[in-house]
Amino acid sequence: MNDFIFFFNQVVIGGAVLGSIYALGAVGITLIFGILRFAHFAHGDMMTMGGFVAFLLAGIVAATGIAFPLPTGFVVLPFAMVIAAVLALGIDKGFYAPLRARGARPVTLLIASIGVTMMIQGVIRLFFGSSSYSFFEGGSKKLYRIDLPFEGVTRPISFTEPQLLLVILTAVAVIALHLFLTRSRLGKGMRAMADNADLARVSGINTKLVVRVTWVIAGALACLAGTMLALDVSLKPDLAFNIVLPIFAAAIVGGLGHAYGAIAGGFLLGFAETMAVFNWAVLLRPFRDALPEWFEIPSSLALVQSEYKLTVAFIILVVVLLVRPTGIFKGAST
Amino acid sequence: MTMRYVGLFSGLFVLIVVVGLFMGAPFTVRLMVEAFAFALIAMGLNIQWGFGGLFNFGILGMLMVGGFAMVFIAFPVNEAFWASDGPAMLGMTLFAAAIGAVLIVLAHNVQRIGIIGKWRGAVIVLAWFVAYVIFRSQMDPAASYITSEAGWIGGLGLPVLLGWAFGGVLAAAIGFFVGKISLGLRTDYLAIATIGIAEILRAVIKNVDWLTRGTLTVSPIPWPVPNPQAFQAMGHDPSMSFVLARSGFLVLVVAVVAIALFLIHRAYNGPWGRMMRAIRDNHIAAGSMGKDVTKRQLELFVFGSALMGIGGAILTSFVGIYDPSSYQPINHTFIIWVMLIVGGSGNNFGALIGGLFIYIVWVLSEPMAQALFLNLSDFSQGMGWGEIPDISARAIQMRVFVLGLVITIALRFAPKGLLPEFVRRHD
Repeated sequence: MNDFIFFFNQVVIGGAVLGSIYALGAVGITLIFGILRFAHFAHGDMMTMGGFVAFLLAGIVAATGIAFPLPTGFVVLPFAMVIAAVLALGIDKGFYAPLRARGARPVTLLIASIGVTMMIQGVIRLFFGSSSYSFFEGGSKKLYRIDLPFEGVTRPISFTEPQLLLVILTAVAVIALHLFLTRSRLGKGMRAMADNADLARVSGINTKLVVRVTWVIAGALACLAGTMLALDVSLKPDLAFNIVLPIFAAAIVGGLGHAYGAIAGGFLLGFAETMAVFNWAVLLRPFRDALPEWFEIPSSLALVQSEYKLTVAFIILVVVLLVRPTGIFKGAST
Repeated sequence: MTMRYVGLFSGLFVLIVVVGLFMGAPFTVRLMVEAFAFALIAMGLNIQWGFGGLFNFGILGMLMVGGFAMVFIAFPVNEAFWASDGPAMLGMTLFAAAIGAVLIVLAHNVQRIGIIGKWRGAVIVLAWFVAYVIFRSQMDPAASYITSEAGWIGGLGLPVLLGWAFGGVLAAAIGFFVGKISLGLRTDYLAIATIGIAEILRAVIKNVDWLTRGTLTVSPIPWPVPNPQAFQAMGHDPSMSFVLARSGFLVLVVAVVAIALFLIHRAYNGPWGRMMRAIRDNHIAAGSMGKDVTKRQLELFVFGSALMGIGGAILTSFVGIYDPSSYQPINHTFIIWVMLIVGGSGNNFGALIGGLFIYIVWVLSEPMAQALFLNLSDFSQGMGWGEIPDISARAIQMRVFVLGLVITIALRFAPKGLLPEFVRRHD
């Protein structure tokens, strides 16, 4: 039984946490791709930027001496998301809108987003250096341990407070996004524009407004993902730059432009990564006595070594691109 | 148009002379060697993106492969490895890989014996899995044996120039496979597929300690020309010996770049280049005129990768150390894109001038930023606000920002680059 709890802690909790981060990032990327038709590479750095905004706000709040039952970084999150949304609008206004107005090809916008990536990273490093920061300066993360009422079980199910909050917030964000896309006028307009921008324009949808709303949602979700990731691990300038490719992989696996596909793709990749590096020999050990004599359980039965954890996402990405380039949810529509 | 070429290149020359006056000769010669190597890589990207419109974001992978090939050819022989059981175990691994490959090929052809649809897919997946298990069962013991007995396999001890050439060949071979699997994709997808493959390559090269020493790094890598130590032994003083040795290297690199430029430019102006432009501008029309679009694009991808591999090999041998963890997307992929866009994609001289100019900007933005910060710090101290902390650590980050600024400005105000593509028309 202990071995199964080990499995649960490693794979189910680890996969859910990683999958939530990927899903939140991939939704933003897929929305931007659906509306503006370009791969927004700077999304990872928008996540990092959101994390740093929340960090600054948390620092200000902490300086006033007010204490909260929840982590300060979490409490300031709504304000950070607003600021991040405004910053995202500003980035669009400053760098992408002029190119779109000129009628530049999507590829040009993609290259411009590389430029934006470098500028955001440069600014962050200029002010914060390249060291890492923690939201829990002086304190520590609250750890939950759930003991199971079974005989012979010594190992508890354990996870940290930020991980729990992350998974809950992801669920809330996904439901809110779903309601927005299916119930509100603007959300329906967004789906229409993703299907056919010209048709949406002639049928009276304010496409400029839709573009702005897209950036607001993408920026806010990026900030949410970045802050929660920073709460879970630690805040550093290349926090999300390192995972922007798995996030892209999640968006592509789910089918670029499909919001629900991105969420599914995010969780799929998250679980695939944790499962690929999990040592499956652990699960065989309880059956040690039932196995035949000649069968010796190897000490390591992981599919790949843990150094190659991120590579799993890329391999899935490449395979999906080759076998089914439109993603696994081909027929799905946002 | 000719005036523009003359103006830009003489402007660049003046810039280099000014840099030389301020920073000293040893620094400037080093800067020029690296700048020419980067220009060669930018020319490789120009073949892919400028000639063919192929979006390659995996330049980093090609540079790593080129660097590794150079190390493998030119590094002295590791006797401990060849005396051990290592070669035999690697032979077994190769044999296992061959069995796996046969299995996979067979599985891909099961439709001939009537297994089709979902069952064929299942058989293919199973074959890949079995092949992977067979391969790992031989590879893992061999890898741990070699790392414990001999450290790593070492090099072959052959001439460095052969290593450069092999860098090109190996990168071209990898480029062939990358192109083969990903060239059917549209631009955005191609970009992400290539970057994904490059990241896989990076993870592998970083972690196969028995082959590349991984994070332990390989050094000192021999030079193709007498190195500074040799000149010092001849009785020159240290600074002078650096200048002499690096100048020798520079001559060699400039020769390689000149040969590459000559050949590419001839190809570009010939029927082959016209065909490539036709495919880039309208691949459907070109296909209907009987051009084999996929094959031609693969050709471009392979040629471009070869130049990138040679460039990567040159950089590695010049630095003298092969450190897989020093390769970063910004320093080795994005910067090349900035070079090409600023220089002018589609124009070989544009790639050359973009490569040289952007590399100089990239390297010099650090001392410039440092000077700027020191002045600002003095100012703020004078105003009583205190000084700026950690100036030297911050200044080095400035170059990433400058690079981003340069490319966004270039895209907005000069999207065709400094030297736009020039197509001669006969009316």
